[in-house]
Amino acid sequence: MSPAVTLSFTVNGRRRRVRVPPMKRLLDVLREDCGLTGTKEGCGEGECGACTVLVNGLAVNSCLVPAVQAGGARILTVEGLARRSRLSVLQRTFIEGGGTQCGICTPGILVTAYALLRRTRGRVPREDEVRAALAGNLCRCTGYQKIVDAVRVAARRTGTRRPGGTRGRSRGKKGARR
Amino acid sequence: MLRPEPAVGVSVPKHEGHDKVTGRALYVDDLRMAGMLHGRTVRSSVPRGIIRRIEFDPAFDWGGVVIAGHQDIPGENVVVHVLEDQPLLAAHEIRHADEAILLVAHADAERAEAARHAVRVEVEPLEPVLTIEDALSARVKLWGEDNVFKEIRIACGDVEAGFGAADVVVEGVYHCGHQEQLYIENNGMIAERTAEGGIVVRGSLQCPYFVHHALVRMLGLPPEKVRVIQTVTGGGFGGKEDYPSVIGGHAALLAWKSGRPVKVVYDRLEDIAATTKRHPARIRVRTGLKRDGTLIATEVDVVMDGGAYVTLSPVVLSRGAIHAAGPYRCPNVSIRARCVATNTPPSGAFRGFGVPQTQYAMESHLNRVAAELGLDPLALRRRNAYVVGDVTPTGQTLRESVGAQEVLERTAERAGWAEKRRRYARENAAAARAERAGRFAPGGRRLRRGIGLAFAWHGAGFTGSGEVRLNSLAALELAPGGRPRVLVANVEIGQGAITVFTQLVGERLGVPPPLVLVETPDTGLVPNSGPTVASRTTMVVGGLLEQCARGMRERLELFVERPLRGGPDFQRVARRFLARRGPLRVERRYQKPPGVEWSDETYRGDAYACFSYAAIAVEVEVDLDTGEVRVLRATTAQDVGRAIHPVLVTGQIEGGTLQGLGYALLEEVRWKDGRVWNYQLTNYVIPTAVDAPPIEVVIVECPYSGGPFGAKGVGELPMDVPAGAVVEAVAHATGVRLDEIPVTPERLLRALARAAEAR
Repeated sequence: MSPAVTLSFTVNGRRRRVRVPPMKRLLDVLREDCGLTGTKEGCGEGECGACTVLVNGLAVNSCLVPAVQAGGARILTVEGLARRSRLSVLQRTFIEGGGTQCGICTPGILVTAYALLRRTRGRVPREDEVRAALAGNLCRCTGYQKIVDAVRVAARRTGTRRPGGTRGRSRGKKGARR
Repeated sequence: MLRPEPAVGVSVPKHEGHDKVTGRALYVDDLRMAGMLHGRTVRSSVPRGIIRRIEFDPAFDWGGVVIAGHQDIPGENVVVHVLEDQPLLAAHEIRHADEAILLVAHADAERAEAARHAVRVEVEPLEPVLTIEDALSARVKLWGEDNVFKEIRIACGDVEAGFGAADVVVEGVYHCGHQEQLYIENNGMIAERTAEGGIVVRGSLQCPYFVHHALVRMLGLPPEKVRVIQTVTGGGFGGKEDYPSVIGGHAALLAWKSGRPVKVVYDRLEDIAATTKRHPARIRVRTGLKRDGTLIATEVDVVMDGGAYVTLSPVVLSRGAIHAAGPYRCPNVSIRARCVATNTPPSGAFRGFGVPQTQYAMESHLNRVAAELGLDPLALRRRNAYVVGDVTPTGQTLRESVGAQEVLERTAERAGWAEKRRRYARENAAAARAERAGRFAPGGRRLRRGIGLAFAWHGAGFTGSGEVRLNSLAALELAPGGRPRVLVANVEIGQGAITVFTQLVGERLGVPPPLVLVETPDTGLVPNSGPTVASRTTMVVGGLLEQCARGMRERLELFVERPLRGGPDFQRVARRFLARRGPLRVERRYQKPPGVEWSDETYRGDAYACFSYAAIAVEVEVDLDTGEVRVLRATTAQDVGRAIHPVLVTGQIEGGTLQGLGYALLEEVRWKDGRVWNYQLTNYVIPTAVDAPPIEVVIVECPYSGGPFGAKGVGELPMDVPAGAVVEAVAHATGVRLDEIPVTPERLLRALARAAEAR
């Protein structure tokens, strides 16, 4: 493997510097070098979406992204959805509504759903919209119905506020921290 | 007296939900240990042959590489399942492609992977047996004289006399292939030698004591020196019932030899190529009926492909055979079931365990019968479906909890069966007329819609005397702070088992479920309450826990000489008990329900303590030019006895339904020279959120007196029904009835072309 390079980026609002081979998968950088094992590997070829993270606001399969491409980026992983011990609305609706079963796909699905709700802020996405957004995230347990429902309930509860956000926090403040 | 909030029947938050939505839940691949090595497996590239030589590339830097072969196994080179024919590592003969031959490990995962490629195994190939037909021909003998691992016969009445008295006799042959469990977390284990000369194995698994049992034999250690601990498990579906004994053995062997912790975690390709799948089957069904649709004779001949080793095949076959004639009253039944040896990787457990195959065949067949008799598929089933008092082919009288008729009615009602059956037929005929006249729908697509029905049953718990042999033991104790703690070997794999345990215990103790602790399934800490399989966890193990909780409440109430009054009071009393009397632990062992009798010799008696029932209506849209089938909606009613947790139980049903739809339409393992050709998620396709239809679930509760609060098994049931309904829906839409699943566009187009030629 080629010699290591130093990269810096922010993950969940926190600045990180890592020294890694440039082609190391972002997935492995997050899991091994940043110690964030919430992001999972399911297939290693961009089919299952278990490794989904947001890079500069876009949902990507981190198993397909070389580390060097993440230099300077803002990255959001599942660990960044809750504020300390306070779960986001989306996380809560997943627990209440049976949106998580074995849980291995859950981090990727939550991140994808978070991106969707940010795009559709202010309205509740239609069921087919949610399904299309989640088409790159495989789940073998749920049959997807409870996931789709949980995403839509979260959209309804958040209204115009930040979808991943916890209640009672201003949008501007959190946005700035990311 | 305060009346505590009820816990059963309420959808309390999932016990471990918080960890799963925050990324804190630690799966096996998330664990790292000091000095840990990464293990890799050298596998066979041919399905059958003799190992002649193993070469290690002299150009490769072998420094720091640990190598373990069959000679290094301290105990016996065997993976114990039903028999002892499977080696941990092939020593001489290769019996399937991707069979494990040698293990390598290195501190750096990439070096370990490179080392794997630097090993060359010279194999003298032998002619393999790759299909059921080849196995039955017995030209090449793999097992005994006939390649049959196991044969089962079940009979009642006089089937020939039944056919003689029938107005109509219909016969069909149905085929189904392998299906991959495709849990999203691949198989993985970490093994570590202990300072006391023992071994600890952690990983993704369904049955801690199965792995424990296998490791004791492989390592030649006393049972107390072997400890198996479940890590958070990312799905199982049966795929982590027997295989963890293999991968756990590999990790343990490398750890034993190197003295360092060793992690073996498969990637997706290796997991699909090398681990177990659903048994392929060829099933011939012949039925005799009266003109009005009354079944009077059923003959079923089942052949399953067990793969290279026996593993769990006899039990899969047994369950498939017992269910083969469907949940239908029939005085004359003859069932013959065989499982054959081939040179494919061993077939194993997958949700349904032999039943999805036989129910697919029987339901496809009955839909064909209905068409030939000009009867409505629902009416045909209503006429023959079990009611209380009916007797199954093994001679079991169904004494209670038979929701068969009710699930049929509720499914039909909710799906709008009668109206849609008529409407789609009318619309399809109109579309065909319009197209003949040159008038096409917008976009020129020739679309047809159809609705199909299927029905199934599933016995909960181990088959026959299996539960008696398991002899499960569950325990409930008081933890130091006065909270009750569940001690069982049954695991959470997504289904919600531990949440349900906290509800059952919470309800009986009068405390809120979150107060109840659940010990990690660790053979060093929990008793052997049996495996997490066979739809037995809530019904059997939950039942034992409910009894433990009654016992604990009794002890505490005798101690304080008054009734307990809810959570805070419980903890106060419990702490006082611990201080004055010392530890409190209540155990309950499985007791055979009264009146349940079974003979393994004659295959007569009560095959299961009780059965659950399900019906489904599936609506599809078929594109006649591309052969694509889109599922528009699935509506299913399932008799679960009692829904302990409505959200979790509907989650089980929705998930199982989608796996069944995948089985029916998408999922096909393709083989090339005895190896899996499509061992990637790119080409082994499972349903996405877009493929999945809206799934509507109706819960039917016909309580079972032997289950906790009336609950009976439901984990596998939803997988048993969809396939037959899909085939019928496609037939309703197109007039073409396939006798093989999955109904892929290629297969359907060929069938449509054949039908067009025949006209």
